Order: sequence, then C-alpha cells, then structure tokens
Amino acid sequence: MALDSNTVKKIAFLARIKVPDSDLGGLANELNNIIGWVEQLGEVNTEGVEPMTSVAEMSLYKRADEVTDGAYPERVLANAPEPEKGFYTVPKVVE
Amino acid sequence: MAALTDLTLAEAAAGLAAGDFTSIELTDASLAAMEAGRALNAFITETPELARARAAESDARRGRGETRGPLDGVPVAIKDLFCTEGVLTTAGSHILDGFTPTYESTVSQNLRNAGAVMIGKTNLDEFAMGSSNATSYYGPVINPWRADDGKDRVPGGSSGGSASSVAARICFGATGTDTGGSIRQPGSFCGIVGMKPTYGRCSRWGIVAFASSLDQAGPMTRTVRDAALMLQGMAGHDPKDSTSTPVDLPDFAAALTGDIRGMKIGIPKEYRLDGMPEEIEALWRQGVEWLEAAGAETREVSLPHTKYALPTYYIIAPAEASSNLARYDGVRYGLRVPGDSLDEMYENTRGAGFGAEVRRRVLIGTYVLSAGYYDAYYIKAQRVRSLIARDFDRAFEEVDALLTPTAPSAAFALGEKMDDPIAMYLNDVFTVPSSLAGLPAISVPAGLSREGLPLGLQIITPAFDEERVFRVGEVLETASSFDTRLRGA
Repeated sequence: MALDSNTVKKIAFLARIKVPDSDLGGLANELNNIIGWVEQLGEVNTEGVEPMTSVAEMSLYKRADEVTDGAYPERVLANAPEPEKGFYTVPKVVE
Repeated sequence: MAALTDLTLAEAAAGLAAGDFTSIELTDASLAAMEAGRALNAFITETPELARARAAESDARRGRGETRGPLDGVPVAIKDLFCTEGVLTTAGSHILDGFTPTYESTVSQNLRNAGAVMIGKTNLDEFAMGSSNATSYYGPVINPWRADDGKDRVPGGSSGGSASSVAARICFGATGTDTGGSIRQPGSFCGIVGMKPTYGRCSRWGIVAFASSLDQAGPMTRTVRDAALMLQGMAGHDPKDSTSTPVDLPDFAAALTGDIRGMKIGIPKEYRLDGMPEEIEALWRQGVEWLEAAGAETREVSLPHTKYALPTYYIIAPAEASSNLARYDGVRYGLRVPGDSLDEMYENTRGAGFGAEVRRRVLIGTYVLSAGYYDAYYIKAQRVRSLIARDFDRAFEEVDALLTPTAPSAAFALGEKMDDPIAMYLNDVFTVPSSLAGLPAISVPAGLSREGLPLGLQIITPAFDEERVFRVGEVLETASSFDTRLRGA
C-alpha cells in the first residue's frame, strides 16, 4: 500500500511529532520506499510459526514483591523542565 | 619507553600492578590524548576532573594494598547512551538537552566498582540509530584512519565515538551498545575489536533504550584479551533488568587458550552477497585458511532466511523505538517547547527535538504498530524472526561457531549514503541476523582494504558461549597480526 501525505500527517499526529507541511511529501516518499522494501517479508511462509516474543529462552527472573527504591522526589524531578512544588507541570488540560 | 597510551588495556593493568606508573599518570596521558584528538569529535562531554579524582582513588587503594582487578585505574570512555550520575547524558539527541541523571547505569556502575576511570562520554548516532555516526546532534565523528585519497571517513555507527577514541589510543577501552551492529561495524571500520555479548549478559538498566529486545552493551578495545577483561567488568545479572540473565559469569580471559584444534567452524553460504567487493571475499577466504591452519575444521552451512533479516529488523527495531521514545514528551526531562495545549507541547517538543533519522524510524514504528497493520507487519516480522533464530539453532547442531565478514565494505566517506536510508541500512547486513537471534559475536580487525582502511571478520557462537567467541577471535587476531597503529595518521 502507498502512504500519501495525509497518512503521514496522521501517523505524525499519533507519534506526536510536529512535521511541517512542506516535509510531508518527501517523508511519504521515504517511508514508502522503506515500507515497500520490508514488504518482501510477504514471500516468507510463516504458517504455523510462532512470533518470537522472548530472545533468550528462560523464565522471567522474579524477585520478592517489596519496595526497594524510592522516596526521593527531588531526584525524580531534578531534570524536569518546569517543576513546581514537587510536581511535573503541563499546559492546562481542564478548563 | 613507548607512550603510555600505546599500551593495551592488559599491559596497562600489568604496569599498574607492577608499579611502573600510577593511574594518575595513565589518566593524564589519556586526557592529553583526548585533548589532542578533539578534531575527531569523538567526545560529547569530557570529564577530566572526575577522571583525575577516580584515578587518585585508585592509586590510594593500590597504595593500601587493595585492588579491584585489571580494570582498576584504567582510563575508559563511556558511550553517551549510558546514564552517568551527575554527568550530562545526551544519547546524541537535542531532545535530551541538559539531562543530567541522578543515577548510574548498571554497566557503568559495574565498571566504576571495578575501578575503571571514566574520561568522558563518547559521541554516537542519535539514539544509536545509524551506521555512520552522522545522525548525532553533536556532529559527525571522524575515523582516525586516513585513506589514500585523503578524504575523511566515517567511524561507523552507532558507537562511532567509542570506536574512534579507542582506535586513536585516547583510552584503553570504551563501552558500546549494539542493536543491529552498532559495536561490530564501527569496530570493523576503525580497526579495533568490538564485541556484542549474548542478549541478557549485560544489564540494560540505565542505558537509553532504542529497541529493547535487541539492545546489548559490550566492550570496544584494541585486542581480544582487552575485550574479555572489559566484558568481565561490565557483565553480570542485575535484578533491575528483568531480561538480564541470572547466570554466573565465566572467567572470559581464561578462555583465551589459543587452542581451536578440532573446532568446527561454519561458513554461511547466504552471506556471500551478489556484488560483494572482492577484497571482502578475499579476506573471508583468508580467515578460513587461518582457522584451518590453527587446526579447526571449516564447512559450509546454510542460514536460509538471512536475506530477510534486514527487513525484519527494520520493522521490529523502529516499532520498539517508537514505543521507547514515547517518553520524550517535554514533561520529565530534556527539551520542552511550549504549546497552547498538552498535545501541541508534545508535538512541538518532539518535532524540534528529534533529528531526521529518528523521526523517520519513529514514524515507521508508529505505522507498523497502528491499527490494521500490526499483524501484517509487526507480527509477521516476529514470525520471521523466529525462523532466523531457528536457522542459527540448526547450524549450531553442525558447527561450534560461524565465521563471516563484519561489514560489506570498509569505512565510507563522510556524507555518503545520507540521502538513501536503505543503502545505509545495508551496512548491517552481516550483523543484524545474530542480533535478531540474541547471539554473541565479535568483530576482529583482520586486514586492510585496497585504500588502506581496516576490515573486520566476525565470529558468532551459540548463546552464552562468549568464551568461544573470544577464543576463536584471539586465534584470528594472532593469525592476522593486524597492526592497530593508525596508518597515514
């Protein structure tokens, strides 16, 4: 399938990346080339093949269910662009 | 006496142990080399004060008769993808502007615990996405090797700064990370050893995530022995990473016996690409002869799904990247570009913060994971990935290790392949399949191209058999007697 500028615009919104309108056409071409190239996987017969979900064949390591970390909000917020009173801040979402 | 920076990591460790020089002296030599090599643009952040402080601690320890092993007091560089406590960590991206972690990644903490002295954070492709180090927000890295035509060459990527700094003898080893070849390909391009351990051998905790089912840290050094010593200091189970494997570490350097008699080495026939440069084929044949001369038996094997590895990778890696990079939202760290609404702030921040290649991959990843396409692309790729892993399992029923070229060419000129993403992706054609299967592999410098640039050969083994990777790697290294001194520099 071919991606057009509108599709790219939609994906860019899903990914929350602002893409200038002037870039949409060029990006559509690039993404089409890459998607067209990966579509060769269609040639591979994968009937009855399980999708790989874990790289190493091992059961997940489990630890005791207990609190082992935390209680340092100042360190958590140390890199926040505009922290306020122990919180992250975002533009107003509720009127 | 030769310059301190000319020593290998193992020789530096021996010299420190023998009291021939101090860690401060060694560190000052590295810091001077780092300053002299600034034109390479290999470092994003230099940490000379931290380095001298840690070197002084190491010397003091040694003075008290305590030492933490071969890495104690040895200067190393850390790829700027590892979070380092109190030291700017950028991942080569504008979007992490000013990010100064309050914690240390497990791998760099392990190295600190082993006494290694960090001299700085090395440049890389943005979020480790690239094969030339040209996508870094902090500018491209230069390969210290000079070709006959005098044009600057790329160091490879994404661990380009690490490779360049080790090749230029600024440090005795550097950490890299490898998602589809990002340790091995720059190792090959810069004439050094680059080793990717088994997925799960090194903790991913505190490493800026690119594609979580593929990312793995590993050592970049000038010799195979140095890589074994350095991996010893990096690896180990970590409860903070659920994919870190709870198995004991073998003594990697003890595996370097030089004895590969009777070992069966597979030569995967699908790696013989149409249009592959003759010099790569010739080096590969030479590698076969070297291993046979050392008493190994070689035979052709088949990995039938090899040609599908790259397209599989370019679905899975961008899909995982689009999820991992969702965290860069302008709220918790790094760059924030204001907007009138929350969505607008996200869009503005991410639009300004991500470079072209990262944007491209996040968009592809978002597309292949989006409703209606998930099964056709992502699940399909995960099925093919199973087949690729199965190919290796079958090959390893017949042979103990595989020998292949590391990359399909020597280092290319700066600026080349930038307008053709797929041509750039083809750099990783020999490294991506083993990444998809999670297997350990090493690139060992083995010869020079016609233009006088380094070329590497790769050894791949079954999972958690790093010892064999190192053992065969060292036999190749000995046979090739590759001279890591820069030619024409």
